[in-house]
Amino acid sequence: MGKLTRWLLPHPALTVLLAIVWILLQNQFSWGMAVFGLILGVIIPIGTARWWPDRPKDFAFGKMLVYCGIVLYDIIAANIEVAWIVLTKSNANMRPNWVVVPLDLKSPEAITILAGTITLTPGTVSADLSSEGHSILVHALDADDPEAVRDEIKTRYERRLKEIFE
Amino acid sequence: MTLDLIATGAIIFTLAVGAIFTFVAGIGLLKLNDPMTRLHAPTKAGTLGIGAFLLASMIHSWTFGEGSFHELLIMGFLFVTAPISAHFIGKVNIHRRTCAPLPTPPRDATWSTLDVPAEDLELDQR
Repeated sequence: MGKLTRWLLPHPALTVLLAIVWILLQNQFSWGMAVFGLILGVIIPIGTARWWPDRPKDFAFGKMLVYCGIVLYDIIAANIEVAWIVLTKSNANMRPNWVVVPLDLKSPEAITILAGTITLTPGTVSADLSSEGHSILVHALDADDPEAVRDEIKTRYERRLKEIFE
Repeated sequence: MTLDLIATGAIIFTLAVGAIFTFVAGIGLLKLNDPMTRLHAPTKAGTLGIGAFLLASMIHSWTFGEGSFHELLIMGFLFVTAPISAHFIGKVNIHRRTCAPLPTPPRDATWSTLDVPAEDLELDQR
């Protein structure tokens, strides 16, 4: 039984996600479409399972929602801050800086989400990973103090992601 | 009637917010003078500016027409793809050395973009 479900649903979360995306694409709900979305959601993960053999470990869904809320709030707050910097600071006064963030996270999914979060929150763009994946290179638009940016990323986002994924 | 009024107000507000932030992003693209800092402007417009426009579109469709969910999809795909394209533009800047010299990573030998196998070093120098 376990083997059969594993073959039929290699990525259960992906199945649900694909079905939801299909229903949203139709823009109006009907049961026929929902069933077709579920069929697609079963076929596509089976077809692509060969390229994604490991199933990502379960994560804490409730904490993920809280994390999304925090990130959305940060996007709005920091957007205003960056808009202010762009409009009022001259280029000569700006201090673009590289920030190196050493990573405690291990799972690739968590690192991907952290890198995406860093880019989406204004003022910082994640540019590169180190060759063994132990630290992430972040470009800050205007940072007098790279250590402060690094500590904020570590305490605000990485600690929460560690709780969610590990 | 009052609901229509509130909705119209909300639409005007979100459209104005979106317009302001997209405008600032455009100014940022023109004003900033270094490829790496210029990268900051479009990733910001992609999040708040377009997010506000899509919110306006959603409020409008739910009050004055048939409700629409497409905007949620646009927002989702935008939030997933914008960091990836920004990441790749950042990598191009590192490859072309059009940015400040990189700091050394604390635990590993080098950054993955600069990690060139010995047999390709000649190609990299070109």
